Amino acid sequence: MTTPTELDPTLAAMRDELDRLRAEVDAWRTRFASGAVRDLAYANSAAEVAPFYTALDLEGSAGTAFEVPGQYPYTRGIHPTGYRGKLWTMRQFAGFGSAKETNARYKFLLKEGTTGLSVAFDFPTLMGYDSDHPRSEGEVGKCGVAISSLADMEQLFEGIPLGEVSTSMTINGPAIILWCFYLAAAEKQGVPLTALRGTVQNDILKEYMAQHAWCFPIEPALRLIVDMFEFGAQEVPQWNTVSISGYHIREAGATAAQELAFTLADGFTYVERGIARGLDVDDFAPRLSFFWDIHNDFFEEIAKLRAARRIWARHMKERYGATSARSLVMRFHSQTAGVTLTAQQPMNNVVRVAYQALAAVLGGTQSLHTNSMDETLALPTEQAVEVALRTQQVLAYETGVPNVIDPLGGSYYVEKLTDELEAEAERLFEEIAAQGGVVAGLETGWFQKKIAESAARQQWEIEQHRRWIVGVNAFATEERALEIPLLKIDEQAAKDQAAALARLRQTRDAARCTAALDRLREAARGTENVVPCILECARSYCTLYEIRAALEEVFGAYREPVFF
Amino acid sequence: MTRPIRVLVAKPGLDGHDRGAKVVAAALRDAGMEVIYTGLHQTPEMIASAAVQEDADVVGLSILSGAHMTLFPRVLQLLREQGRDDVLITGGGIIPKEDMAALEQQGIGKLFGPGTPTTALIDYIKEWFAARQAQGA
Repeated sequence: MTTPTELDPTLAAMRDELDRLRAEVDAWRTRFASGAVRDLAYANSAAEVAPFYTALDLEGSAGTAFEVPGQYPYTRGIHPTGYRGKLWTMRQFAGFGSAKETNARYKFLLKEGTTGLSVAFDFPTLMGYDSDHPRSEGEVGKCGVAISSLADMEQLFEGIPLGEVSTSMTINGPAIILWCFYLAAAEKQGVPLTALRGTVQNDILKEYMAQHAWCFPIEPALRLIVDMFEFGAQEVPQWNTVSISGYHIREAGATAAQELAFTLADGFTYVERGIARGLDVDDFAPRLSFFWDIHNDFFEEIAKLRAARRIWARHMKERYGATSARSLVMRFHSQTAGVTLTAQQPMNNVVRVAYQALAAVLGGTQSLHTNSMDETLALPTEQAVEVALRTQQVLAYETGVPNVIDPLGGSYYVEKLTDELEAEAERLFEEIAAQGGVVAGLETGWFQKKIAESAARQQWEIEQHRRWIVGVNAFATEERALEIPLLKIDEQAAKDQAAALARLRQTRDAARCTAALDRLREAARGTENVVPCILECARSYCTLYEIRAALEEVFGAYREPVFF
Repeated sequence: MTRPIRVLVAKPGLDGHDRGAKVVAAALRDAGMEVIYTGLHQTPEMIASAAVQEDADVVGLSILSGAHMTLFPRVLQLLREQGRDDVLITGGGIIPKEDMAALEQQGIGKLFGPGTPTTALIDYIKEWFAARQAQGA
């Protein structure tokens, strides 16, 4: 046993060392101020960056000095084993043309070592339109795969056992419908719902905020999400019913701190809605996951991910009374920032993506999509996707980076930045509360304006050369002929889809469809959970738009606040 | 005295990427133009009718969904049908170079890709407008 008297000499020595450090830092500051320094081209969204950090910058904060991975508040990671236990999931987002073509791309990716599937839908599907709807003209299969009914979903996963893969689906406005198509496709493969693993993005709040693929007004849209929480918790327990996404908020122009705060605020809103429904927070919170954008500012991105885990854990425990560790841990997917890719000198994008991927891994992501070099020009070619996947494999198997958990923990700079981002997020939470909360802030366009302002500022910085983009506003070269091949999507998918839909409408049991849609309308008007009704519509081969239209009859349509 | 140039900034199609459209709309306004922004998810019919109603000199189309080869010519055709072939249709987004060339052949104005400084399109619109005024159109 150590007695206080025995400790005293040690403490006194530490105080002396701190005083010495203070004097050294002051002396360094004088030397630094008298030296010639470059203008910093890059502006952080957090407080200003100092040129050098020491223990003194963390005075008043313990940083993560007393934390281990896998323990509250999880700044250092959610698993005790980190990547020693399990590497991140290499999950490449893919989809184009018809379900048949995309099925072939999935089989290619699985063969090349991808460990999870991620479905990109085309714009008509994202908006809830069938491929043969007039609004879909020119868009079918262009930015993703066209899925208009259970038949397309069956084709998409033909030969891929749904009990053995985990599937992420980037779908929001009509997420509940596409999810039911997936569940019905699994039933047809004979896979029990309890065996299914995956994620639907289903984050409608960030759609109103940034990505804009919505179907219904905010309140009924939130009701559908809580219906999915409830059904999922009981029937599809391994499924993540929402992936609360900062990605699109950041891509639309938000700063790192705004991405962090707005996304977490969306997450808290879903938790509040679940609790308001009468659900036990520990029943649905474990299935909430997150999705972050990994931008160029390397350390800021790492700090953002560390801060995000800590904020989520604290709020879940202290504000919402969650007790299960599974409710407190923030599991997340990351994607390198599409908006940082340049059309000029596209090969440089490979390098950008590699740095961003490194930041995601140092920040402890559970899964990662690396963008392809050609994505500012078109959907990626197979060759470009392969380089993107290999970028992750090199990181995982050659660099040694995954061998140590949270290797930047204890870095004065990273700890300080983590603290600062957390404080900035808390400040933004107060601003959001002052707006009346997330829903009120969306209705008045407050969030949309904040994001647009940040986007305009970044454009101004680029044009003023305060922010450098290699190959665009610095080190630009005479335009050369494009040195990489591009993927072309023809109109064949649209024709095939139209023919298939016409066939489907003739051959399905029309009476069963009508009955299923009638039953859905009735459920939507009341308060019962609509998932079983939509699942029956899916099984009956009702189309995406038929189901959307039935819900729209009851819920009405969303109108955006237009401004610039 | 020259009147301000009237620009309709429009988002045809279903994609929700309005960052570019909003940045451009604000930049054109700051350059002294009168700017109307349509909001998202507009059909070619909605865009053409707004252009006529607002008496726009220029229609700026922003698209990132890949549907430009279908939607841009439709806007052009609708404006022609309404006798407004004097309107400049320009724009930008994720549009491959060869598609830009093909659209230009059909009568669409210059299209701009990612990384273009806003000054490039401001200059383009101003030069086009000055030339049209000089022709007495």
